[in-house]
Amino acid sequence: MAAASSAVTEKRKKNPLSDGQGTLAALLISPTMAVILFVVGIPILMSLRESVFRKDTAIDPNTGLIPEGETFVGLGNFTAIFTNPQLVPGVWGTQDRLVNAFWNTTFFTVVCVIAETILGVAMALIMAKAFKGKGLVRAAILVPWAIPTIVSARMWGLIFDGEGVMNRIVGQQILWLADGPQSQWAIIISDVWKTAPFIGLLTLAGLQTIPGEVYEAAKVDGANAWQQFTRITLPMVKPALVVAVLFRTLDTMRMFDLPMGMIGQGKYSVETISMFAYIENNALRYGAAAAYSLLLFLYIVFIAFLFVKFLGADVVGDDELKAIAEQRKRQKAAAKAAGTTPALAKSTVTSGSSSS
Amino acid sequence: MSHARTARRVLAATLSVGALLVTAACSSGTTTPSAGGSASASGTDWTKKGPITYAQGKDTSGNLKGEIDEWNAANPNEMVTFRELPDSADEQRAQMIQRGQAKSGEFTVMSVDVVWTAEFAANGWLEELPADKFPTTGYLKAAVDSATYFNKLYAYPSSSDGAFLYYRKDLLDDAGVMAAPTTWDEMKAACDKVLAKNKSMSCYAGQHQKYEGLTCNIAEAVNSAGGAFLTPDGKPAVNTDAAIAGVQWMVDAFKTGLIPKEAITWKEEESRTAFQTGKIVFLRNWPYVYNIASKDAKFKDKFAMAPLPGKTGPGVSTLGGHSFGISKFADNKGTALAFVTWMNTKENQIRRLTTASNAPVLEELYDDAALQAKFPYLKVLGDSIRAAAPRPKAVKYGDVTLAIQDATYAALQGQKDAKTAFTELQTKLEALTQG
Repeated sequence: MAAASSAVTEKRKKNPLSDGQGTLAALLISPTMAVILFVVGIPILMSLRESVFRKDTAIDPNTGLIPEGETFVGLGNFTAIFTNPQLVPGVWGTQDRLVNAFWNTTFFTVVCVIAETILGVAMALIMAKAFKGKGLVRAAILVPWAIPTIVSARMWGLIFDGEGVMNRIVGQQILWLADGPQSQWAIIISDVWKTAPFIGLLTLAGLQTIPGEVYEAAKVDGANAWQQFTRITLPMVKPALVVAVLFRTLDTMRMFDLPMGMIGQGKYSVETISMFAYIENNALRYGAAAAYSLLLFLYIVFIAFLFVKFLGADVVGDDELKAIAEQRKRQKAAAKAAGTTPALAKSTVTSGSSSS
Repeated sequence: MSHARTARRVLAATLSVGALLVTAACSSGTTTPSAGGSASASGTDWTKKGPITYAQGKDTSGNLKGEIDEWNAANPNEMVTFRELPDSADEQRAQMIQRGQAKSGEFTVMSVDVVWTAEFAANGWLEELPADKFPTTGYLKAAVDSATYFNKLYAYPSSSDGAFLYYRKDLLDDAGVMAAPTTWDEMKAACDKVLAKNKSMSCYAGQHQKYEGLTCNIAEAVNSAGGAFLTPDGKPAVNTDAAIAGVQWMVDAFKTGLIPKEAITWKEEESRTAFQTGKIVFLRNWPYVYNIASKDAKFKDKFAMAPLPGKTGPGVSTLGGHSFGISKFADNKGTALAFVTWMNTKENQIRRLTTASNAPVLEELYDDAALQAKFPYLKVLGDSIRAAAPRPKAVKYGDVTLAIQDATYAALQGQKDAKTAFTELQTKLEALTQG
């Protein structure tokens, strides 16, 4: 990249990372962009259209047939929770089915992600230690994450059976697979079991970038283990951890196969927004299904925004970008003061640095 | 998941756009009724021959493959291709609905569950079957009725199903109970005697998990108490005293421990295992249990079957089974007609009974002495199916069955009493069956 840097010095570019090959780059990624547009963009637009229509369901009293067609209902599919609530009994009381699904989704997300983060970090700390059989422990911890969700859903279904292992362990007969708060905990336990290793893995990657000297220095300064953990490990592992937590949050919010495969449909204590949208879709109410999917989409986007905004989740790895921009600002100010043309800062990376 | 779903919707939409362009059948107007639904039986060509496709759930016995091979060998110009669908009924329905929505004739003939007939017919996905080409004389009345919608036949019954009361004959004999119970009270009395000696056992169980099986079980309780989900003219009637008495029986059975508490999470297999491992004395289940239990050398002499018990006399089973539906959008309906007729010949029905234990739809087979000797349960099955009541026939069957399950599960779990739950259900069903 050094050769290119002298040629572009005169050109003023908005993007300090650009090396003058923008056109070529655009050309090269355009097939990918076209595919993404086709498989992501068009379906989203179609869902948007679908969400403001409702399929006609009136039955012809003479033939019994349903004339085909759909009616434009505007935001009717979204406002139905106020105008025509479908009351269901859930753990959060009797309320509209979508609202109930929303609270279930939120509850699962909060509880699962907190538990997974704590367990995952603990796993990472264990895996990072040098001891005999480290490879075996690492592999063992990763096994749950490698099992397909539907398989673990069926497996935990057997464990939580009335006659299953879990009831033998707790020594009581809890009907996990019925419908109630206990079913929620069955879901939470199996989800944490399955995905804590994911956080553990990403955190481990972050841990391994912390140089040992920092800990040695801390030891010399007399810091105890807890201080080392809170003052060194956590801050230094935070970029990796925040991204792992963000991924898990977004993933848990669209939880579907675990409750569907383990507890089944029509169980309001575990019904998530994804499940409800799927069930509506199966009942040929495509408008409502599209509307609920869009609501979930917006909810996820909102949470992702909060993460990036307040926890500084660095998903695209733009640390360097920010640093260069800062440097450019300073150079410009300095050049202005000196009355010369500024030599702008350049990127030193040749390939995109992904976070952690 | 949402990506997979949208992708599927795109596929369906693409196919439907394609179909619209090819046939130029109608404008894609948003509110005008299109030609697809209204082009009634008038234009159907029942003579065109050629290759067709048959879609059905998993061929677990392997019998179907043999049947289709035999047909293909005899009719090389009218080959039938078998499209094996997933095991789960919901997945099969989803696949068929996708073809219907996209106006695709990919599945010429499909195996339609009795409870889907109304939905498929009302949406115009099934061809109406003329009575002269699809004779139903000698067929089980209930099976034909379940394939009929608005007095027209939309599917050709292929197999039927009814439930039994399985019981531990060894324990009943031991306790001095000589005959199988015919009423709920008799069953309880028999249990009292048996359980006095076998303290760890429970009396009875069916399928009480919240899924389609619960609908079947509660329908049996309601019908066996003299109630009905729908009146003969199709109006919901679940808040009658008789219907609520049926529900109340099941609720009380859970309360008094007649049905074990954990049965609230049981489906077919869980309840069969409980029966076979000696946890319950009486089991309500489908005929398949016989095939499994009679292969267990230790267990095969310990059980017998009887018709379901009822409130004051013999009970009423819920009707199951499948029919052949012919897609409205498919080609070569002449071959479809010939294939379906051939599949339903007496010989083929006997073969399906023998190799796949599918209950036949030809009534005379249940009285056949030779077959009865071979299948000890055939007579009981015939009695069960002849007395069986269909589940509510509804275009929005998915919503109807969920509403029934909601009400039942709430009553069984004690969140609502039977009367409140089923009075609320009445209101819901009235709204759902209005269309």
